[in-house]
Amino acid sequence: MEKDQDKILSDVTSGEYKYGFYSDIDMERIPKGLSEDVVRIISGKKNEPQWLLEFRLKAYRHWLTMKMPSWPNLKIQPINYQEIIFYAAPVQRKNLDSIDDIDPELRKTFDKLGIPLTEQKHLAGVAVDAVIDSVSVKTTFKETLAEMGIIFCSFSDAVKEYPDLVKRYMGSVVPYTDNFFATLNSAVFSDGSFCYIPKGVRCPMELSTYFRINSANTGQFERTLLIADEESYVSYLEGCTAPSRDENQLHAAIVEIVAEKNAEVKYSTVQNWYPGNKEGKGGVFNFVTKRGLCKGENSKISWTQVETGSAITWKYPSCILRGDNSIGEFYSVAVTNNYQQADTGTKMIHIGKNTKSTILSKGISAGHGQNSYRGLVKVLKNASNARNFSRCDSLLLGDKCGAHTFPYLEVDNQTAIVEHEATTSKIGEDQIFYCNQRGISTEDAIGLIVNGYAREVINKLPMEFAVEAQKLLQISLEGSVG
Amino acid sequence: MLIINNLKAAIAGKNILKGISLEVKPGEIHAIMGPNGSGKSTLAAVLAGRELVEVTEGTVTYFGENLLKMAAEDRAKEGIFLGFQYPIEIPGVSMVNFMKTAVNEHREHKGLDPLSASDFLKMMREKKELVEIDSKLANRSVNEGFSGGEKKKNEIFQMAMLEPKLAILDETDSGLDIDALRIVANGVNKLKRPDNSFIVITHYQRLLDYIVPDVVHVLYDGRIVKTAGKELALELEEKGYDWIKNEVENNILT
Ligand SMILES: Nc1ncnc2c1ncn2[C@@H]1O[C@H](COP(=O)(O)OP(=O)(O)OP(=O)(O)O)[C@@H](O)[C@H]1O
Ligand SMILES: [Mg+2]
Repeated sequence: MEKDQDKILSDVTSGEYKYGFYSDIDMERIPKGLSEDVVRIISGKKNEPQWLLEFRLKAYRHWLTMKMPSWPNLKIQPINYQEIIFYAAPVQRKNLDSIDDIDPELRKTFDKLGIPLTEQKHLAGVAVDAVIDSVSVKTTFKETLAEMGIIFCSFSDAVKEYPDLVKRYMGSVVPYTDNFFATLNSAVFSDGSFCYIPKGVRCPMELSTYFRINSANTGQFERTLLIADEESYVSYLEGCTAPSRDENQLHAAIVEIVAEKNAEVKYSTVQNWYPGNKEGKGGVFNFVTKRGLCKGENSKISWTQVETGSAITWKYPSCILRGDNSIGEFYSVAVTNNYQQADTGTKMIHIGKNTKSTILSKGISAGHGQNSYRGLVKVLKNASNARNFSRCDSLLLGDKCGAHTFPYLEVDNQTAIVEHEATTSKIGEDQIFYCNQRGISTEDAIGLIVNGYAREVINKLPMEFAVEAQKLLQISLEGSVG
Repeated sequence: MLIINNLKAAIAGKNILKGISLEVKPGEIHAIMGPNGSGKSTLAAVLAGRELVEVTEGTVTYFGENLLKMAAEDRAKEGIFLGFQYPIEIPGVSMVNFMKTAVNEHREHKGLDPLSASDFLKMMREKKELVEIDSKLANRSVNEGFSGGEKKKNEIFQMAMLEPKLAILDETDSGLDIDALRIVANGVNKLKRPDNSFIVITHYQRLLDYIVPDVVHVLYDGRIVKTAGKELALELEEKGYDWIKNEVENNILT
């Protein structure tokens, strides 16, 4: 009868990863390892123009001079870049004119993940770009969107069809010298999504990219570029999963957003890369550089992220508030269970006048998970009347996990108002018992309580995905109650 | 329906209940009174299945079953409801979502399909009226920011939603204004049927003016030291607990 609360929590929080299957797809892979040749091969596979190859080579040469950063709160095994395959793509029969040209195994994979590659009626509100390993296999609703002048396609297609736009914006927010992983990505990036919303257009549907790692020993280096021209609006969502494997896999992505005058971009992420097993073996290393530039006046960029996967997550979706009156927002829920580690947060750089930023970070730690919030609020000299409000909450499930908060503040303008709040709480035995007493099992009680805790962030997600994210939160913390 | 026999229980190694025996029959209302710290809430916690409290001796039978073997959520689904002395806040979880989960768990247990959203909301509305609870409360997070009295009314509302066979109300009357007290008492009386029972823990005779108990027990230092009809409550109100303490101590001496 005596059941120790920590035992209940540990049972409940040791659920299985549900997307860990591997699909036997006919793949083309290049030999493992990284060199200038490999960079050339990748560029060649994609028939890239010379300027892009040069961009990659510049990045690669710069990368050779860099050292992997170390962080006090992450424990990372050294990564051997010569053991990683930098390009893997499903073999395609011919140009993908119709859905029937897609390998049935590939379609099955995305069906299993709940990602439709066909333009289904009930999902008419969502356009999907599906990326598997190094390439995009299908973008839906391309034509419908094109009628409004919206460009939504794979990055590779954009390089071919809209080279001027790519050339103009790529690297303008995250330069190839930015940081170790961004530089690596700039050298070897494979595919990703490209999106351009023309002046005055409100994108009528959610745009989304679904990233799937499938091949073993393969790194995923996608690159997303999203441009919202003046007075436009778009809501964008990305999701990710990977098979369960014993070895760690590297994912180093770049997302760049540019919001012109009066434009608004909502960027949501539901990240569920394979987190490793209960003993901490395997899992994806998720080292991502995401940054948005509020370039024009009154522009707005909101980042919402629900991070439940990955063995290690290192990411700081940031906003550079250059336009006067521009607004940056960051809403985050990060779960670390078992031996997962997350070091995540944001940077809000206030450059323009009357710029505003809001940060709401909700960490959830269970098992032996370690969860750190790291955030920088920087107000430059000319950013008069800048305002920031930050709140960082941590929720602990059990007593072997940890939560840490590192808020950094650099304020160079006297008129700035910057507020920071932080709380740490535990799921109480009393809360669980209260639910039990109403007939709710401990597992469901934890799901309810965690979702309640994360609600303010979940509410920021597009409706269709809020429900998914809620389930995901519950699943990532569930297991059998012993 | 409920037979407690020589129940002893401890919290963190400290003996709190020291041999309690009690029988509740269908349709009965039992009142339990007793000084602060005598073990009333602990008894309620044992009956509801809180694992923090360790049962060291004795038996509890509920409809012929060994209650102590059942998990807390199963006891709830079998019809045991505890109105908490200090209702717990669950931030961010709406009352609607919370109650819907609870009601559907009960239904599943009875082999019924979950209620549709509209049927559920209709049920919420009916019960809210029954216990005269402000409908705004039901749209907020569970107990979060509720006043003391609102929390207590919310317990009665939940009881109305779950229609228990045995409701244990732990000081549901404490902190209520006169109107709220009447509402709570009305709620109980409206839910009373010949086949369901109540254990009402209270410090005040005035609640018992509204909810008339069949039996009144006095719990003192982990034991039931006196059981009588409802007039006992009046006597306690008048004289306080000292005479009971004296009586108990004399008994022990003699
Ligand atoms: N979690 C706990 N840890 C340690 N002691 C506890 C705990 N809960 C209760 N106790 C002790 O058990 C004894 C009985 O407490 P209980 O809450 O059952 O009393 P009560 O009769 O309900 O009192 P009141 O009228 O004040 O509500 C008290 O001495 C109390 O301090
Ligand atoms: Mg009490």
